[in-house]
Amino acid sequence: MKYIDEFRHQGLVQDLARRLAALAPGPATVMEVCGTHTMAAARFGLKSLLPPGVQLISGPGCPVCVTAAADLDAFLALGTRPDTVLASFGDMLRVPGSHNSLEGQRAQGADVRVVYSPLDAVELARQTPDKAVVFFGVGFETTMPATAMAIRLAADYSLNNFSVLCAHKTMPTALRALLASGEVRVSGLLLPGHVTTIIGAAAYDFIPGEFGLPCAVTGFEPVDMMLGLESILRQIESGQAIVANVYTRAVQLQPNPRARELLDEVFAASDAHWRGLGVIPGSGVTIREKYARWDARVRFPEVWEHLAPPPPSACRCGEVLRGVLRPYQCPLFGQACSPAKPLGPCMVSSEGACAAAYRYERAG
Amino acid sequence: MCLAIPMRIVALDGVTAVAEVDGVSRRVRLDLLPEVSLGDYVLIHAGLAIARVDAAHAEETLSLLRSLADEVY
Repeated sequence: MKYIDEFRHQGLVQDLARRLAALAPGPATVMEVCGTHTMAAARFGLKSLLPPGVQLISGPGCPVCVTAAADLDAFLALGTRPDTVLASFGDMLRVPGSHNSLEGQRAQGADVRVVYSPLDAVELARQTPDKAVVFFGVGFETTMPATAMAIRLAADYSLNNFSVLCAHKTMPTALRALLASGEVRVSGLLLPGHVTTIIGAAAYDFIPGEFGLPCAVTGFEPVDMMLGLESILRQIESGQAIVANVYTRAVQLQPNPRARELLDEVFAASDAHWRGLGVIPGSGVTIREKYARWDARVRFPEVWEHLAPPPPSACRCGEVLRGVLRPYQCPLFGQACSPAKPLGPCMVSSEGACAAAYRYERAG
Repeated sequence: MCLAIPMRIVALDGVTAVAEVDGVSRRVRLDLLPEVSLGDYVLIHAGLAIARVDAAHAEETLSLLRSLADEVY
């Protein structure tokens, strides 16, 4: 496939591997922020190509993993209302809430549909006017425009039976909170290419500016990720810190103006609860009052009145998401918690650090 | 979840289009990218084109990499 095969080319990968091996940045910890990077890196074995002393750790960029149990519980509770259809991305299906998962609830008779896009959920609502379709809006800036567009379309159609439970989150705010906490010590960050097509690479200028850390915005093919890593390690070697863009075929410095306009019209910044990171001020969005008819929190407030707070769990995904615990350091890893019987979201999601470690690194 | 696939625009109809990759085609929306034309490659995520794949920049990256690789051999 064009623009994929070229960036997986074996000769280029081998050459980049040689160049990486020749670098000597000293001990360094590079965080790959994005869950899609976590899986891509694990699949092609990026960790085996790192120079001595360099380690790669996962960050908070798996949307399924950072979705708060309370939000999932609320979505599940919405599904117990009569004539309600829950529409969700497939990734969310097996994630355990406090007492059930979407998959479990479906087995018990709830109407749960997997959609590829929130736009498909709008279509579903149009085709089933006697059902209330609720879409679970999770994901970062890459996904937010699609949800915003779904809400705007529902408004255009004056659809009364569509709403969104909005749990979207914004990446730079979370990174700032994570770095400011000082809990995790990283030497550089591989930044998420597709989030950045929406927000622009300049959104991360504060990372080198305030924290002195090298960054590289990268794509998702082996060549892209190795280029990003090389850029970060070279910056470390030379004592530099900038936001390098090695994904220039898709990413620009400035945000996509149409996306910015759309997101500003539909959403307002708000505090958000991240699994493992707690409440981060300004790191989420709520649906603006103008579109309140399509906001599940406004439409069905009674669901939240009866919602119990999630009970404590032995799962340590929170520490994994903050980069302070490696998956295999969790006592549950591979024992009580495995992809077949996951206890936490990092083991469920195909992009979770625990699932990636289980699938690709367990033998080592 | 932030996966986006490069697909080629094979039909245009206002803000919607048909995009294709490896014989699979899908209707997509182009609201974020009004400048897209027929034959362009775009990154598709959740039914929306989120970025145009800039052919010139892609070639620039690849030719730089190839030239660096040549120096080694």
